[in-house]
Amino acid sequence: MRKHIISLLVDNEPGVLARVSGLFSGRGFNIESLCVAETMDASVSRITLVTRGNESVAEQIKKQLNKLINVIKLYDLTSAEYVEREMALIKVKAKAEHRAEILRIVDIFRCKVVDVGSGHYTIEVTGTMEKLQAILGLLKPLGLQEIARTGAIALARDKKGKAT
Amino acid sequence: MKTLTGAQIITEVLKEEGVDTVFGYPGGVVIDVFDELYKTDIKHILVRHEQAAAHAADGYARAKGSVGVCLVTSGPGATNTVSGIASAYLDSIPIVVMTGQVPTPLIGNDAFQEVDIVGITRPCTKHNYLVRSTNDLARVLKEAFHVARSGRPGPVLVDLPKDVSQGKTKYKPLPEIRMPAYNPTYKPNVKQLQKAIELIKGSERPVIFSGGGVILSNASRELAQFARKLNAPVTASLMGLGGFPGTDPLWLGMPGMHGTYRANMSIGACDLLIGIGVRFDDRVTGKLDTFAPHAKIIHIDIDPTSISKNVPVAVPIVADCKMALRALNRLLTEKKVKFTKKSRKLWLQRIEKWKKTTPLRYEQKDDVIKPQYVIEKLYELTKGNAIITTEVGQNQMWAAQYYHFERPNCFITSGGLGCMGFGFPAAIGAQVACPDKMVVDVAGDGSIQMNIQELATVVQYQLPVKVVILNNRYLGMVRQWQQLFYERRYAATDLECSPDFARVAEAYGALGLKATKPSEVEAVLKQGLESPGPAFMDFWVAREECVYPMVPAGASITDMLLA
Repeated sequence: MRKHIISLLVDNEPGVLARVSGLFSGRGFNIESLCVAETMDASVSRITLVTRGNESVAEQIKKQLNKLINVIKLYDLTSAEYVEREMALIKVKAKAEHRAEILRIVDIFRCKVVDVGSGHYTIEVTGTMEKLQAILGLLKPLGLQEIARTGAIALARDKKGKAT
Repeated sequence: MKTLTGAQIITEVLKEEGVDTVFGYPGGVVIDVFDELYKTDIKHILVRHEQAAAHAADGYARAKGSVGVCLVTSGPGATNTVSGIASAYLDSIPIVVMTGQVPTPLIGNDAFQEVDIVGITRPCTKHNYLVRSTNDLARVLKEAFHVARSGRPGPVLVDLPKDVSQGKTKYKPLPEIRMPAYNPTYKPNVKQLQKAIELIKGSERPVIFSGGGVILSNASRELAQFARKLNAPVTASLMGLGGFPGTDPLWLGMPGMHGTYRANMSIGACDLLIGIGVRFDDRVTGKLDTFAPHAKIIHIDIDPTSISKNVPVAVPIVADCKMALRALNRLLTEKKVKFTKKSRKLWLQRIEKWKKTTPLRYEQKDDVIKPQYVIEKLYELTKGNAIITTEVGQNQMWAAQYYHFERPNCFITSGGLGCMGFGFPAAIGAQVACPDKMVVDVAGDGSIQMNIQELATVVQYQLPVKVVILNNRYLGMVRQWQQLFYERRYAATDLECSPDFARVAEAYGALGLKATKPSEVEAVLKQGLESPGPAFMDFWVAREECVYPMVPAGASITDMLLA
C-alpha cells in the first residue's frame, strides 16, 4: 500500500469534481485528501489527490481517471521527484504556563501564530504531511481545540513531470 | 448565418449525423423538440415506456452498427431511461439519450418533473452534459455523437433545459469536433505486437477468446483469418457471439458459467489465451485464481482499464480490435508463421474428444416441450438468419447455446447489466434498423412482462417482431439456483398468476399463438414466423428444466455441473 500523489489537469466545469470523486466511491478506491483550484488558465483546474493502494489498484485508478472525458492530463507525482506542501490551521489551548512552550514549538517548526485569544493560539503551519503530523503530535498534549487542513498539493520537480 | 431555435438546432444536428430514427416519449419540457422533429423526415417511434426507448435505441445501434438515439422528457421520463442507459454502458453500445430538463432558472428548485439526471447517470454513461446555453447546443450534440461512437463506444446523455430548446442563436454547421484531451488509442503498439507473435510462435495449445469488441470494431473477417493462420480454436463471450461463425470446425462455443464443456476445458488446458475485445467478466472467468492456470494471456482491448483489471496479462495491446488483428495477420504472413491442422493435431483432437463425450444435450420426449427444442427448431426454421434478441435468464442462455450465430450484429442481448425487459424493445429497435430481416425476441414469461406494453408499439408501426416465450411459469434462472443451492425453496420465483400471453397479444391487435405439446412446436413457430405482422408465440415448457453446463458461482470454470 503505497502513497500516490496524483495531479490532474481537468476542465474547469461544473460536475467535474463529482465525476472524479464519484469514480473513487463507485469503484471502492479511497481518497486521503483532495485539493482543487484554478490554474494559470482559467478554463483548467488542477486537482491534487492523495490515495493509497498496491500497484495494480494504483494502475487501475490512474487508467480510470484518464478515461474521464474531462481529464486533460494526469501525473503520478510519486513516480518521480516532486515537492509537496500542505497547510494546517491549528487552534491550540494556551494556558499561561504553556504559552512559552507553544511559541518554542512554533519557532522550531518555522510556523506562525496567526491569531491569539484569551485562552488559545491559532497556528499556521506549512510543510509535508509528515511535518504536520509531527507538530500535531507535539501540540496534542497541550490541548488541541480544532484543526483545519488543506490536503496536500504538489508539483513535479522537473518542468512537466511524467504524464501517465 | 441562419438564426435558429435550440429545438431547430437539435434537428439540424441529428440530420448532419445521419440520424433517421428517434425512439421517444414526449412530455412538457420537450414539446418544442418534438414539434421540430414532426416537421422533418426523421422517423419517430413512440414507445410506451421510456425504458423501452433506451433499449430500442440500443437494439437499433447494434443491428445497424451506428448510433441509436432517444428523446424523453424530464423527471420520470429521464429516470425511466436509466436501466436502458446502464445496459448500453456495460455492453459498450453507442446511444445518445436526449432528456428534457426544467428551464435553467428553475434548476435546483425542486421544480415540477425536475430531477438531476446528469448526476444520476454520471456513473453509467460514457459522458453526459447539461446544456446551459443555446449557444453551446450544437457543439455539445456533436461531441455527444463523437464520444458515443469513438473509442470504446457507450451511451452519452444530453440534458436539455426547456429555455435552451426555446432560445435562439445564429447557427452554421460545425466543421468537425475538436476534443484535444480525448484521444482513444486505435493503433496497436508495434513492440507489443512483436511480443505477441513470439508467444504465438511458441504456443502449442492456443485458444482465441473473442468478445463484443470484435463485433463493435467490425473485425469478424480479420478474426476468422487470424484463427485460420493459427489453426486455433475460438471461443466467444456472450457479447461476442456471431463474431466467429457458430458452425465453424474451430468453434468451441461460449465459455463461462453456462459455457460448453469443451470451451471451459480448453481454457483450463491452454498454454496461450488470446483475449480480443473482451473484459474477462466474472461470468466468464469463474474463480480467478484457477482461470486459465497454464496460459500466458495476450489481451487486445481498446479500453486500457479493461486490461489487467481481472486477470494478469503477459502482453497488453491497447488498440482497436480490427487494427490489431490486421497488424497481427500481416506480421504472421511476413514472418511466415503458420500452423497447419496437422501441427495442431494433438490439441484439436483433445478438444474434439471433449466435444464428443460431453456435448450440449437435452432430451425431448413426447409429453412436455423442452425449451432447448424450441430454440433448435427456431434455428432450423430461420436457417440461422434471424436477428435474435433475448431477455435475461434461462431464455438468454438457451438462445446463446442452441442458436448458432454465423454473423455479427445478429445476437442482441443485455450481457453486462443482465436487464430483464431488454429483449422486446431491443427487437423493436433492430426491426426498425433492418426492416427486411426477421427479428425474434427469445423471452421468458417473467421478463416479457417487464416491457409487455410495447405490444402497442409493434402494432402501431406494424413492426413484424416475433416473440418466442419459453413459458415455465417460474423466474427460471433464480429458481434453478434455488433448486441447486437452496434446497428447492422457491422463494418468490413461482409466477403462478400470469396472463394468457396469446390473448394479451390479440388484445393489442397482434397475432397470439400457444403450444403446450412438443408436436405443436413446429407448427406454431411456422405460423408465427410466416405471419406478416407482430406475433407472440407462447410455449409451455418443462417447468423445472435447468441450463447446463453450470459453473456454480465462485467455482473454477472447469468444475461444471453437467446435469
